[in-house]
Amino acid sequence: MPGSGLLMSGQTVYVKPKPANTIEEMLIMVDEESGIYGGLKMANGTNPLRTDGTPGTRAKSAALVRSLFVQAQEYKTQFDEADGDPEKKPSRDLQMETLVEVLEGKRIVHNHTHRHDDILTAIRLADEFGYRMVLQHVSEGWKVADEIAASGYPASIIGLDSPGGKLEAINLLNTNGKELERAGADVAFHTDDPVVDSRFFLRMAAFGVREGMSREKALQALTIAGARMMDIDDRVGSLEPGKDADFIILSGDPFSVYTHVQQTWIEGEKIWDRDNPEDREYAVGGYEIFRASANSHTHLEGYK
Amino acid sequence: MKYLKRLISDYTPVKSQLYILFAGFLLTVMWQNANAQIAVIGETVYTVSGDPITNGVVLISDGKIEEVGSEASIEIPAGYEVHEASVVTPGLIDARTVVGLAGYYNEDHDQDQIETSDAVQPELRAIDSYNAREFLVNYLMEEGITTVHTGHGPGAVISGQTMIAKTTGTTVDQALVDSTTMIAVTLGPSVGSNFSSPGTRSKLISVLRQDLIRAEDYATKRAEGNVNSRDLKMESLADLLDGKITALVTAHTASDIMTALRVQREFGFPMVLDGASEAYLVIDEIREAGVPVIIHPTMIRPFGEAKNSSFETASKLHKAGIPVAFQSGYEGYVPKTRVVKFEAAIAAAHGLGMENAIYALTLGSAGILGIDNRVGSLEPGKDADIVLFDGDPFEYLTNVNSVIIDGNVVYQRD
Repeated sequence: MPGSGLLMSGQTVYVKPKPANTIEEMLIMVDEESGIYGGLKMANGTNPLRTDGTPGTRAKSAALVRSLFVQAQEYKTQFDEADGDPEKKPSRDLQMETLVEVLEGKRIVHNHTHRHDDILTAIRLADEFGYRMVLQHVSEGWKVADEIAASGYPASIIGLDSPGGKLEAINLLNTNGKELERAGADVAFHTDDPVVDSRFFLRMAAFGVREGMSREKALQALTIAGARMMDIDDRVGSLEPGKDADFIILSGDPFSVYTHVQQTWIEGEKIWDRDNPEDREYAVGGYEIFRASANSHTHLEGYK
Repeated sequence: MKYLKRLISDYTPVKSQLYILFAGFLLTVMWQNANAQIAVIGETVYTVSGDPITNGVVLISDGKIEEVGSEASIEIPAGYEVHEASVVTPGLIDARTVVGLAGYYNEDHDQDQIETSDAVQPELRAIDSYNAREFLVNYLMEEGITTVHTGHGPGAVISGQTMIAKTTGTTVDQALVDSTTMIAVTLGPSVGSNFSSPGTRSKLISVLRQDLIRAEDYATKRAEGNVNSRDLKMESLADLLDGKITALVTAHTASDIMTALRVQREFGFPMVLDGASEAYLVIDEIREAGVPVIIHPTMIRPFGEAKNSSFETASKLHKAGIPVAFQSGYEGYVPKTRVVKFEAAIAAAHGLGMENAIYALTLGSAGILGIDNRVGSLEPGKDADIVLFDGDPFEYLTNVNSVIIDGNVVYQRD
């Protein structure tokens, strides 16, 4: 997804990291009819703030977002009232079309937010316009866990080896998962790579367990909960007949440091195998891996 | 301590003297507690200097380790405060960090790990920047890290000095183990990103060599008693050349590591390699030079100079007989520090093994830092720095139950 430096920085895509030559092969369609394969990235708090005042404060940020959704509501009304009449239909506006998809619940908002008051603002705005939203990062979620659970919006959280480094996120605690679980909120994990190296995705959930999350909830937070948050839980996120054959084979307890991922399968195809030396290097590191790999699309960017 | 602070700040200035007196009394009580007699019982006690002891006991008195042995061989004297745990290890040592100089707010006021006014500043003392009250110091302590080798970070030809502290105390003097441990040297492109000059590797080395040559003259004059005006920069470099302090040389690529070894051969100063992402390409050369390695954080992000890093380097160095220690290094953003125990854990799971990783985190590290006479193992006479775990120290689900530093229980979970 795009970054958090703007109130609305663009659309997100849901993809499978499988060998492919085109992005289309990797996309996960949420809505075939409307061609929706992602959400909308939004952000509040300090990242989108600008010294020139557009926006310069939290209130201005909220007002700008609200104004856009008010506009989108009017656009949608005009469109609905035209009832297909080309004379009455408003001229196409790509920005408004995306926001209408959000208002219609077809496109989910992924809202970057850290501080507890920013979390509550994100909830307030989603409630006002009735859109679907996933709270992303939610660093101070533990302070307003009950409010998050009551709102019904799910929380996608990150775990860290230590707090600090970013002022509005210094109160991030690895007890976040436990507190959100206790309150009854839906919880998923994300890495925000390179904040957390994506090779340590399982490790993050393990720290959630160390800090009091249940094993069940932590495993769900790595699988089905994230799928629900992207509206793709009919295809991925659990081992059930009819679902995509996406699974991993582990050497032991998923929450042990000594456990390694042995194999990764996507749609019934083994795409990574630790017993293959070249594959193994991708997991453990080594000399000029990206350059050496004939299959890598990234070696030119990776080699500087 | 939180309670004490509140006690002092909540009362009016008129009464404050009285409460400071009371606080002083409390501190005295706490200090006496530091000298209390403690018995630590562990299902497995990793002494590190010897084999692990099943059902072991460590007796502590006056801040030092008094006796270590099996439960069968040691009778716990009356009056000893008993602490029990599944696993007991010596206090863990972070062999290279900037914590205490770099704080968790990541604002200008708490970032003292690099000074960019000059590319060569060996005279910068770590003790003048170390904040013993830094939140992250305490955070590391609660994960079992009892000693940190901290100071100026990489990113200048010579960024300054390093020091060794215990992760306790409220002033640098209380925390200090060693005030002037190493001088931090950096090879490679990170220097060019902080300074307009030197901009290339060759220039960097010429700047470094020229200053070392000046320092040779200074050292000679100093030995002859002919120094008329003291030069702090030259003093520090002369100390390096005289072998009183060690060069901590950050070099990641194989070619930069070879350059570090070349300069060290020319001037003969004691040296420790830092970072060393591509050390596995020049293992024989490092072993022949007899240089220990404080390996990059195992989980370092594989970017830039460290793009060829591997989780298996620590294991390869260890197998080659090269002394290796772990570090948390420097983090510029989120998270603001790594935890050295977690970095060692990943190496443990990638060929090094649990016991070798514990060794590297304790006695191995203490040896490289020159403090193995005080810390690093559970032996009579050493500082009573001990960590009590509820399982394998490296397992993700393991908690630290208690931390003891200098015989004082500084942390207890719940």
